[in-house]
Amino acid sequence: MRLALLSDLHANLEALEAVLEHGAKQGAEQLAFLGDLVGYGADPGPVVERVQAAVAAGALALKGNHDEAATRGAPSSMRADAARAVAWTREHLTEEQLAFLAGLPLTIQRGERLFVHASASDPAQWLYVLSAVDAGRSLRSVSAREIFCGHTHTPALYHLAADGSVSAFRPVPGTPIKLSVFRRWLVIPGSVGQPRDGNPAACYAMFDDVADVLVFHRVPYDAERAARKIRAAGLPGDLGARLELGG
Amino acid sequence: MSTQRIEPGAVIDGYTLEERIHQGSMATLWRVSAPGQPPLVMKMPLLREGDDPTAMVGFEVEQMIMPTLQGPHVPLFIGSGDFSAHPYIVMELIRGNSLRARLERTPLDTDEVARIGGQIATALHSLHRQHVIHLDLKPSNVMFRDTGEAVLIDFGFSRHDRLPDLLAEQFRLPMGTAPYISPEQVLRIRNDPRSDIFALGAVLYHLVTGERAFGFPTSITGLRKRLYRDPVPPRARNPSCPAWLQEIILRCLEPDPRARYQSAAQVLLALRNPGQVPLTERAKKLRQDGAVTVTRRWMRTLGAQGEAWQSTAVQIARSPVVVVALDLLAGSEALLTSIRTTSERVLSMHPGARLACVSVLKTSRLALDVTVDEKGRNLRVMRLLELKDWARPLGLAEGRLTYHVLEGPDPSSVLVDFVRENRVDHVVIGARGASPLRRYLGSVSAHVVAESPCTVTVVKVPQAEDEEEEEAAAPSRLPPGTDLR
Repeated sequence: MRLALLSDLHANLEALEAVLEHGAKQGAEQLAFLGDLVGYGADPGPVVERVQAAVAAGALALKGNHDEAATRGAPSSMRADAARAVAWTREHLTEEQLAFLAGLPLTIQRGERLFVHASASDPAQWLYVLSAVDAGRSLRSVSAREIFCGHTHTPALYHLAADGSVSAFRPVPGTPIKLSVFRRWLVIPGSVGQPRDGNPAACYAMFDDVADVLVFHRVPYDAERAARKIRAAGLPGDLGARLELGG
Repeated sequence: MSTQRIEPGAVIDGYTLEERIHQGSMATLWRVSAPGQPPLVMKMPLLREGDDPTAMVGFEVEQMIMPTLQGPHVPLFIGSGDFSAHPYIVMELIRGNSLRARLERTPLDTDEVARIGGQIATALHSLHRQHVIHLDLKPSNVMFRDTGEAVLIDFGFSRHDRLPDLLAEQFRLPMGTAPYISPEQVLRIRNDPRSDIFALGAVLYHLVTGERAFGFPTSITGLRKRLYRDPVPPRARNPSCPAWLQEIILRCLEPDPRARYQSAAQVLLALRNPGQVPLTERAKKLRQDGAVTVTRRWMRTLGAQGEAWQSTAVQIARSPVVVVALDLLAGSEALLTSIRTTSERVLSMHPGARLACVSVLKTSRLALDVTVDEKGRNLRVMRLLELKDWARPLGLAEGRLTYHVLEGPDPSSVLVDFVRENRVDHVVIGARGASPLRRYLGSVSAHVVAESPCTVTVVKVPQAEDEEEEEAAAPSRLPPGTDLR
């Protein structure tokens, strides 16, 4: 089955719609949302609505730290612009939508595959996987052959060999990668709604779970429009500029 | 994994094992059959305790890279299995012996070495264009199709520049085969396609001398010697090796990848045009470099590390073969100047480019060809002199330029064949005016644009504005009797 992996949507409706359309053309049969559906962007309501509809149709969805903050209030450790966006987001979600976010799981296991928002080593701590060392820690904490996660907003692929060595790889969009069953993999598809690698195009990945083939994708979308909406909503202007720059 | 016996007659995922055809240190090869399929090969890695750990990773690498490869220069990938009786890859069976069988008859004669070198260079260029560096090119990894194409096999050490390198982190020792491995591979650099050019040089050296250029070192110190110690020149070992072939081989074997040919297509161009290989000191050498030179080179290699990152795609794009097609008789001076300006532009974008100046002598299909003009001058020689005269203002170093006078009744197909055979990246050609007749019946440049498997730049002489208007006013002006069917 072809599984589209979408992470860190961050209430960016323009990016989500572009990615869903691209995914449909690529033959996606199921969707997996790896957390952070909301926060930063101007369309939390419509984005949660679409994810809810997808889940009703069989999609997987996880909780991210921004989803948790939207339901519980921003933690004191959160950056100021993020915390302001959290407060705004809470006001723009219905009780029912907040309850949906509050009910999302931290991890989902499907056979030998594990879905989680941040590092699998302690999902509730929201630890970033930014290096081969972090990836090794995440992979060694569980037995799953493949981990799919988000949180860092940058597409990456890590692999753990039989001898325990971990390597990092920077994916090339559009290139199918056969994931060998003789090693373990950690896949970060990158962010749909707020890419941070200098390229504003939305990120997602497609995984064929029978052939074990993974493809990273970049999808250009109307980031200017998403940024305009952020400014019009009175959210911090930097959040809009970030979408246009991809960083 | 099950404990199914691996023996003739056993069936794995629908493939029937027929005969074990090779037992190596890394893998076992079986000839297998499947209904409705031509004969196939099944490759199974050795996974027992104590087997070489690179065998498993090499298998993973092949399983990752082989399905991405296409074309006649690789075995066609059929399928692979992970968990059945044993992990395996199934591919097309390439019949016959590898190039290794021919080592017994070395030294081979010059023509055969150049022909085999051209076949391997063509295969390497096809691989490099698919983002893959072989990194273990050696005679036993080169097979041949009945139709003549070289087929590269065994991608266990290969590197695909768009896929994760499963070997890079895991192994601390250089990977490859000692007699053929490049200096940068000794330094554990795995992303330079010019490593395959070095290995090609080592193979050609072996074929023409019957000996290995760098022996068969078994230690890292021994392997590192090739960073500073040049091989005994081929002509010292086989006096019948021509200077041009020694030039090509020693250039492939330069320790610094920047001093080698920059792409396999450039080696191919040299091997096919021996008369155009500029002969340097390399061609004249009859003994190895002296102690002073070697010591100086050795000093430079102390603590040598790899160069910055680059990819196969970037390296190939940087080193294109550009053909400029010139119709010297019919071309107006203005058009020839325009073509030169465009060529300069293309070359300035690619400092690593080679320029091949090509002109086609049109021969008649029926009558005996007249190769001498009224004044008795050889037309080929005249054309060659004209080509050189045209190219002189470009001021290109001799090694970056070649001249080719081709012959044939249909200039456009002769040109397109040349472009295909030499793996040309870019063609620059002039369009002669824009007469309505030409527009309807097609021109040489239009055929070349349609048929060439690469980028074609069509050069026009800029028209004055009033000419354009005049033409626009009379678009259907055709000569009487023109048949438009």
